[in-house]
Amino acid sequence: MMTKSKYLRWFLGLSVISAILLFIIIYPIPSLLSWQSPFLSRCFFILMLCFALCLFRVMRGPTSADRAVAVDTLGILIVGFCAILSIPTGRDWYIDIAIAWGLQSFIGALALAKYLEGRGFDE
Amino acid sequence: MNEIIGYAFIVVGIAFDIFGCLGLIRLPDVYNRLQATTKCVTLGTCSILFGTIIIKGFTTTGVKAFLCIIFLILTSPVAAHALSRGAHISGVKLWERSVCDKYAEDKKQ
Repeated sequence: MMTKSKYLRWFLGLSVISAILLFIIIYPIPSLLSWQSPFLSRCFFILMLCFALCLFRVMRGPTSADRAVAVDTLGILIVGFCAILSIPTGRDWYIDIAIAWGLQSFIGALALAKYLEGRGFDE
Repeated sequence: MNEIIGYAFIVVGIAFDIFGCLGLIRLPDVYNRLQATTKCVTLGTCSILFGTIIIKGFTTTGVKAFLCIIFLILTSPVAAHALSRGAHISGVKLWERSVCDKYAEDKKQ
């Protein structure tokens, strides 16, 4: 009984994720970027699905350490998002935003780790 | 030709990102989730930046993306180790089917 429900949950999760991915790849949401480069706009929407998964873990983490891990992951994902955004637009300051966001995410993760250890910020 | 190779690297990076986020949803424990995301998402993002370098060539965007790769490889494991240490000190329990806990054994001595 236990193994059967486990396999059912695996099958349901895989089918839902693959259905969402196929829907994004076949029918992308029309926007200005999908006129410019249809391949990279599909990449944007798949990365937005990753953001949604991270935000789900932020909302429903059992402990605060889960939320800290999810926020750190979200920061690293946004770096890649800005790097993709700089390709079709041709503007190089998106990479500057990526570097600054990575730095802030690193400092924020260290501050959250110090908070989890129970130490003050000025020790 | 450069664009095709760069797009291939971007597709590989996005696949790694999706698998990392699925591990963040699926795995049962803080430490397992951290282990999944900090490998997959860092490698995926570095692959996306490498594809950007190949597409753009030796321009300002390419050089900045190279700096960003070095920065990510240096800082992401440090942040992950600090987060896992903080989680262990704050008393987050391991999964009940975990095998060993060397850090607690070291702290007892």
